[in-house]
Amino acid sequence: MSAPVLELKNVAKTYRVKQGLFGKPKPLKAVNDVSLKLERGEVLGLVGESGCGKSTMAKILLGLEAPTEGQVLVDGDAIGGQDRLALAKRIQPIFQDPYSSLNPRKTIADIVSLPLRVHSIGDANSREKAVRETLELVGLPARVLNTYPSQMSGGQRQRVAIARALIMRPEIVICDEPTSALDVSVQSQILNLLNDLREEFGLTYLFISHDLAVVEHLATRVAVMYLGRIVEEANVEELFATPRHPYSRALLNSVLTPDPSQGVPDTQLGAAYPNPIAPPSGCHFHPRCPFAQDHCKISTPRTVPTNSGHVECHLQDPKSPMYRENFSV
Amino acid sequence: MSHIQDTVKPLLSVRGLTLDIPLASGTLHAVRGIDFDLHKGETLCIVGESGSGKSLTSLAVMGLLEKNIRRSAEQLNFDGIDLIGASKRQMRGLRGDRIAMIFQEPMTSLNPAYTIGDQLVEALRLHRKVSREKARERAIELLEKVGITAAASRLSQYPHQLSGGLRQRVVIAMALMCEPELIIADEPTTALDVTIQAQILSLLVELTKEMDVAMILITHDLGVVARVADKVGVMYAGELVETGPATDVFGKPMHPYTRGLLHCIPQPGKTKRGEKLGTIPGIVPSLIGDVQGCAFRTRCPHVVEACRGDIPERGQPPHEFLCVHADGARAAEGEPA
Repeated sequence: MSAPVLELKNVAKTYRVKQGLFGKPKPLKAVNDVSLKLERGEVLGLVGESGCGKSTMAKILLGLEAPTEGQVLVDGDAIGGQDRLALAKRIQPIFQDPYSSLNPRKTIADIVSLPLRVHSIGDANSREKAVRETLELVGLPARVLNTYPSQMSGGQRQRVAIARALIMRPEIVICDEPTSALDVSVQSQILNLLNDLREEFGLTYLFISHDLAVVEHLATRVAVMYLGRIVEEANVEELFATPRHPYSRALLNSVLTPDPSQGVPDTQLGAAYPNPIAPPSGCHFHPRCPFAQDHCKISTPRTVPTNSGHVECHLQDPKSPMYRENFSV
Repeated sequence: MSHIQDTVKPLLSVRGLTLDIPLASGTLHAVRGIDFDLHKGETLCIVGESGSGKSLTSLAVMGLLEKNIRRSAEQLNFDGIDLIGASKRQMRGLRGDRIAMIFQEPMTSLNPAYTIGDQLVEALRLHRKVSREKARERAIELLEKVGITAAASRLSQYPHQLSGGLRQRVVIAMALMCEPELIIADEPTTALDVTIQAQILSLLVELTKEMDVAMILITHDLGVVARVADKVGVMYAGELVETGPATDVFGKPMHPYTRGLLHCIPQPGKTKRGEKLGTIPGIVPSLIGDVQGCAFRTRCPHVVEACRGDIPERGQPPHEFLCVHADGARAAEGEPA
């Protein structure tokens, strides 16, 4: 088997956060010892609450932040050694808000062709040709070439952002909430487009989203993040059918399908999101977990393999006194 | 759309509400003659995409429109009070007292310079002659009710010291201080995480039922609507194109736009994974100048010549819709009649 297109080995990112004017800076582990593998053509859905470290992960993958520890490998090469330009050819982002991610003073042609100019690829003619082709690919007519972002709708802008990401023919696209700023009817168009492009070019996506219905639809694998840790990772089928971690279950329960026969679900998540500077002892999730026992407060759960991935929960660990066989929450 | 007058008088009755915004390029008809009734203890969800006029509708009821927006209505009646004719003073008396608001971003509705306690106490003492002590007691009682632990000690905290979910709970507590009869919540959970969203929504449902408060909930999220609403109004380009009980609108959506929206969202268990999602091609038409016929016709798969003319009201109250097709073109989509 060839090397995974993207691999994270024990990646950690620690920020130092000042507490008050004279306080000593304290460490905040935004990403805490994360290991991941992505095969070509896969879509990894990364889900979790705000503040759990999803966006820090995206920044590390894009080379915008250097990990404090660990390695990120693209096709088996560590990206630490590569310069930003080389990395940008292989990994491209699509951000949430197409209103702030496009320069309002540049024309669409300028915006989409910028990656080519940065990398000094081709001449003016070949660049224009590439821009036209890419715009067609994302379903934009050539007449938008000389318009400005302000003249476009939200959905069209997101198509421009996708065109800009794809013009370099990257291997991996980091989609950070690509549809959450869009209307429902536009969201489905963009999701269809992303799916088509993935099939056509064999792209690999890291798809960050808070909308689990969208993740279920698009992803092949799902990683659930909580306080900088990936607490469960599995194939999308397995995760949605038999979630192993109580937090995964809470997230799945919060999906509001348009079914009027059901009321608002009870997530059984008590307390609010904990302070990441002073995370709870033992299992970080224990203050909110409906299954928590004293053991969870003192002992950090190990990573245990599951059918298609892994999970960190005492209930799933055969070596833990709390182990329950074949327990699906 | 008209409704048969129920035997019980509605708390809020809206007929022909129209909002026009004069622009340099002509008049923008943001809301074009909408009707709805809301009874005590009922929850109406108005769902629509951005620019459909749903937020303006709620602001029009509150009397909080920008000065340049022209509001007119055959009837805008809250418990016998004509809100169109009401003076500014009268409206100020109603707002925060009998009609309360909850907005999307809790940080914008809380004053960062005052403690939670100050703001809760003020909300009550502005409308009621009660002592500071009594108001404080009520504030603690309500903070506990909305699920905030150690309520008494929270009173001295400032909004920035709370998480987004807690802030929205404080805003809900503040809205309840004067025991309102109507709560207008404009996208109250859009800024929150999914798990917190579920908590806040169940809190709103519980409290409105318990205190018999009517609620208008504005949202773009069909999932929220289905789980919360008694009644649904689907808004498109300034019109309520379909109204009815939630079970009817979701069980048998009549308007092509309502069905289109439902096909756009992936539904775990229903939509096949990776399958193409439904789309609504085109964009919302400009509402500047004269708008004639069905505004959805430019995007509708069932458009016919008659769509340019007057659009009849269809269906039986309480489930009604606006469409030239008697069955809302359900048969054409292979849906059971």
